[in-house]
Amino acid sequence: MPSKDWTVLDFEKPIAELDEQIAQIRRLTQEQGIDRSEEIAALERDRDRAIEEIFSKLTPWDRVLLARHPKRPYTLDYVRVIFDDYVELHGDRLYGDDHAMVGGIATLENRHVVFVGQQKGRDLKERQYRNFGMAKPDGYRKALRLMKLAEKFRRPVITFVDTPAADCSVDAEARGISESIARNMMDMSILGTPIISVILGEGGSGGAIGIAVADRVLMMENAIYSVIPPEGCAAILWRDPSKYKEMAAALRITSADALELGVVDEVIKEPLGGAHRSPEAAAQSVKSAILRHLEELEKIPIQKLVDARYKKFRSMGVFEDISKKKPHKEELSEPEAQEDQCEA
Amino acid sequence: MSAAAWFKSRVGADRQAVRQSVDALPDGLWTKCPKCNEILFSKELEKNLRVCSKCGYHYRLTAWERIQITVDEGTFKEIEAGLVTVNPLNFPDYEAKIERDKLKTGLNDGMVVGLAEIGGHPVGLGVTDWFMGGSMGSVYGEKVARLFELATSRKLPVVMFTMSGGARMQEGILSLMQMAKTAAAVARHSKAHLPYIVVLTDPTTAGVHASFASLGDFIFAEPGALIGFAGARVAAQAGLIERPANFQTAEFQLEHGMIDRILPRREIKPTIIKVLDFCMGKEVTSDAE
Ligand SMILES: [Zn+2]
Repeated sequence: MPSKDWTVLDFEKPIAELDEQIAQIRRLTQEQGIDRSEEIAALERDRDRAIEEIFSKLTPWDRVLLARHPKRPYTLDYVRVIFDDYVELHGDRLYGDDHAMVGGIATLENRHVVFVGQQKGRDLKERQYRNFGMAKPDGYRKALRLMKLAEKFRRPVITFVDTPAADCSVDAEARGISESIARNMMDMSILGTPIISVILGEGGSGGAIGIAVADRVLMMENAIYSVIPPEGCAAILWRDPSKYKEMAAALRITSADALELGVVDEVIKEPLGGAHRSPEAAAQSVKSAILRHLEELEKIPIQKLVDARYKKFRSMGVFEDISKKKPHKEELSEPEAQEDQCEA
Repeated sequence: MSAAAWFKSRVGADRQAVRQSVDALPDGLWTKCPKCNEILFSKELEKNLRVCSKCGYHYRLTAWERIQITVDEGTFKEIEAGLVTVNPLNFPDYEAKIERDKLKTGLNDGMVVGLAEIGGHPVGLGVTDWFMGGSMGSVYGEKVARLFELATSRKLPVVMFTMSGGARMQEGILSLMQMAKTAAAVARHSKAHLPYIVVLTDPTTAGVHASFASLGDFIFAEPGALIGFAGARVAAQAGLIERPANFQTAEFQLEHGMIDRILPRREIKPTIIKVLDFCMGKEVTSDAE
């Protein structure tokens, strides 16, 4: 039954129940040969209205659940729809091949591109194989190796971000997980080829930004982008892990927040009810957004592109400069705060 | 300007007294080593650069203390001191915590940047204070970026002392972006063939360790410093149980090839000078402005 299905979120239950009713009538129609299409159409309208209503009231925590939805399309589900002739390439040439980070060469319409991204697993076995989408230094170094291939052969880079975090185990630390992420950000900032990153699901902290220093950063409507998972942040900052919902709101991790804060350039709308209800349509939306941005980026000379990329990340952050306050005639009057709010 | 005069001008005598009381016994003459419990004569401890003479424990230093033992006397000129934190996310209690640490440290942010000379070499210098756990928010990242940009335009090396628990959680995703911002600033400095020397001090973790702190041409660390990717509390959250005794220490990082040398505090300045001599040579040091 849908209500006991662990792949259905609590707030999705009314939708799942209507889905089940529709499916049941369809089965009966087939078995009994009676036309009940009007009834089905009415139920489908009800269901779509329910989805719209539920999705108009989603809390930031609900978005977290959607970003981590067990049925959400993962990186390679997008790759299959978006690219043709994807040839996966393995290994960092230093230590090993990280299964949490995938990448290779592919074609996108009439272009050759390099693709890299984190890959999560669907079932328990695959999840372990993919290390829950948490890449180790080997993964970040593989990604950088492939991006440098792209630079060498003047092909654009597309990266897909979907990771709870980078791996922080003892062997990740021993091989320099910090260094690998830092190096990726540094080298991506001067990489001589266009880069587009798409936050597909979880944009988890350093694990995400380690492959997301791009000319254009796009974000799925129900993805999250955060410096720390809300559960961990509530435990650390408020010493109360039960306040993860409040923390999800306070951290401003939704796509709308990221857009407003100037951290992403565009939010890609998801199909009604989220990407998992129509993965094919979601992937087509991503594909057309990537193509649109690539067309713009390809017209820009490389040096200009790299300079603009620097300026883009350089201008992120909000602060004031009190040394720049205008000198006032009257000492008594409080100088006006000049907010140095930079936008990408 | 002497250390005392500088400190007085920055924060006033009352705040200096507050800071000193943190680890001093009531009469202020003696202090107990937090590691080996040895009772140490405060003046001797200062003379020993705040390193325990018995067990070698390295006390954390304030930004000013670090500047004082690192630069040629009287050469430090702070820049960008006017950058102050706002509350971009309207995060609960953030302003109050910032105000508390402003009072405690006399600083506007944990990152203090400026120009100085070390062994006669003009450098861009970054040092950190324990302000909001040394965490990197917008002001911190901006100061690092501006330091590297100034150093690039003036053809100066950068010497950076790090001490940070990671990204400033109260600034959310904007803090994460400071990692990219600082790494990008290092890239441009590096492309100009200018040296970047990092000294990792206790603790250097998470967002700072995974950005500009790991990108030095030369990376040194103080003995026993906690250094690693997952912050201590994040690591605890992640349930990392099986780990070697020296996990995430300077010694662990040295063993795994992540740092060049561990330097006891007294050897840091002489080593930096040797590295600067190697990188910059005489002709560069004499005409850099
Ligand atoms: Zn001791």
